Amino acid sequence: MSSSGIKTERLAGWNRPPVIESDGEGELLEVAMGPHHPSTHGVFRMDVVLDGERVIKLKPVFGYLHRNHEQLGQSQSYLANMPYTDRLDYFCSLTNNWAYALAVEKLAGQEVPERAEYLRVILAELTRVQNHASTIGFLLQEMGASGTPLMYAFREREKILDLFESLTGSRMMCNYMRFGGCRVDASPAWLDATRKVVDGLPAFIDEFERFLMTNEILIARCQGIGVLRPDLAVNAGISGPMLRASGVNYDIRKVDHYGIYDRFKFRVPLGDHGDIYDRYMVRMLEMRESISILKQALKELPTGPVMDPKAKIRNFRPKPGEVYGRIEAPKGELGFYLISDGSPNPYRYRIRPPSFINLTVLEDMCLGSNVADVVLIFGSVDIVLGEVDR
Amino acid sequence: MLGDGILKGLAETAKNFAGSFVSKERMTTVEYPEERLPLPEASRNFPFLVYDGDDWEKGLRCVACQICEKECPPKCIYIEKSKDKKPDYVGKPQIYPAKFDIDISVCMSCQICVEVCPFEAIKMNTEFELATDDRFGGLLLDRKELARSNEYYHQIHPTEASEVDARLAEEKSKVEAKARAAAQAAAAKAAATPTTAIPSTPLPGKPAANVDARPASTAKTAEDNKNAETRATNEGEPKA
Repeated sequence: MSSSGIKTERLAGWNRPPVIESDGEGELLEVAMGPHHPSTHGVFRMDVVLDGERVIKLKPVFGYLHRNHEQLGQSQSYLANMPYTDRLDYFCSLTNNWAYALAVEKLAGQEVPERAEYLRVILAELTRVQNHASTIGFLLQEMGASGTPLMYAFREREKILDLFESLTGSRMMCNYMRFGGCRVDASPAWLDATRKVVDGLPAFIDEFERFLMTNEILIARCQGIGVLRPDLAVNAGISGPMLRASGVNYDIRKVDHYGIYDRFKFRVPLGDHGDIYDRYMVRMLEMRESISILKQALKELPTGPVMDPKAKIRNFRPKPGEVYGRIEAPKGELGFYLISDGSPNPYRYRIRPPSFINLTVLEDMCLGSNVADVVLIFGSVDIVLGEVDR
Repeated sequence: MLGDGILKGLAETAKNFAGSFVSKERMTTVEYPEERLPLPEASRNFPFLVYDGDDWEKGLRCVACQICEKECPPKCIYIEKSKDKKPDYVGKPQIYPAKFDIDISVCMSCQICVEVCPFEAIKMNTEFELATDDRFGGLLLDRKELARSNEYYHQIHPTEASEVDARLAEEKSKVEAKARAAAQAAAAKAAATPTTAIPSTPLPGKPAANVDARPASTAKTAEDNKNAETRATNEGEPKA
């Protein structure tokens, strides 16, 4: 034990003293995975201390993509910050838009027309489907199924992105929601196209499930690996599919009823074990629930304006106060905290990104597992570095 | 059975491979430079400036109010106001941008300039093949490079452009009705005087002279405001 290559005093400089003891045979090896590693979804580094194949220490290092997002938000107007929220989690720009619009609407006491609320729900659920589909695709890619599942997921995602482009003008940087509604109305042609895409989605999920749910390799690599205990998940502030995979029933759509989510019937899928397989399955089932919400919303969509006529676009100055608006983004709880001092730009602007907070338990999930599993566990957290580093 | 997962997977791959020869739906990609997918109407990339008529400099709708410059999130617009004035679409003398630069290497295509522009002067382009070997000058577009005709706007965003034209025609007819009532007597006399392109001195309350400057468009408005909604896309603007 005492004859290891890295001495205990060097490990003391890490964020926490090691929890797992090395078996004392051979030397410890310090490996930097990333910042340019195919599995890191961008620029992210994991400093790993290995005892043979076993991980005995892991330190996530981020900040490579830091671009002063919060300071930017504080130095310009409320409206001008809307396109920047697209760049947080660039897979789900529409839910980011919604969370920010929700916070500012709460701050200004702004009403949102009925049709705009429905459009927001439709777009948010489409975002959830495409985010989960691509997350699962990436996860399988990291499992060694190189290419095919990811491309199948991206094929479906592309259909949804085409819908986004024909409505908002951009595939990923949508910049669609405004304080008091949405920027443009959806045409009947767009709604028909959406119905067609939504009707085609269950077949895609069936295909995925048929091949993957009982796949030997997937089960061998996923079950019992990277277990997150529910008590730790709650204490660490984990949210989203990761928390629900650990068996904690907490979905902000059900808890907060923000928007008009109380009008839809949907279930919240929960996991049992909190391992990678449960996280994968929870996402699979959530896609099915999203499709059911989409079908209900598309059926009930009322006519009317999409923008409150009293809403101000320019010279928007909310009265002083502070507010925290949060939604259930595909990755977890996305919150925007704003303090207004009555000026055109917020006095304080703070984002609570789900990816960043879900990453904090990475070490606890990885300790004791093999290096190859670190890549998988990391993939099952579902992060986007744009949101982690801001 | 050992290995039936592989067989199942290969069967699916074969099905998709063979299916792509039969059904167009299964072909998810196109051979890009030869084959292009049509862009959706709402598609946007970088802004351009709309001008009416044939002369881009004379017809620019922009009045250099600098609202877009102020609201632009990454501050990629630079405007210098002119010293003199020229008539805008209703014939009112307005200043124009002596300099209007957009650095498209900074622009984030957010469309906020379009939303805040009260004069329908700046719109989003759909061109995306903008690669250049000049990193600074090639991506800094001045007002000549930014100017696009209204016809071009109709081509890329037909629905939106028709709405804009209808709104402008309505506004113009309103202004003209007011001007006619105000300057009924002067109208006949002013119409007889020869045309001057740009009044060098700002003359407030002289709508008749400006009507002269752009006779074709004025003549069109009378019938335009009746069927403004259904106005055909490409013949809405003056030819000469």
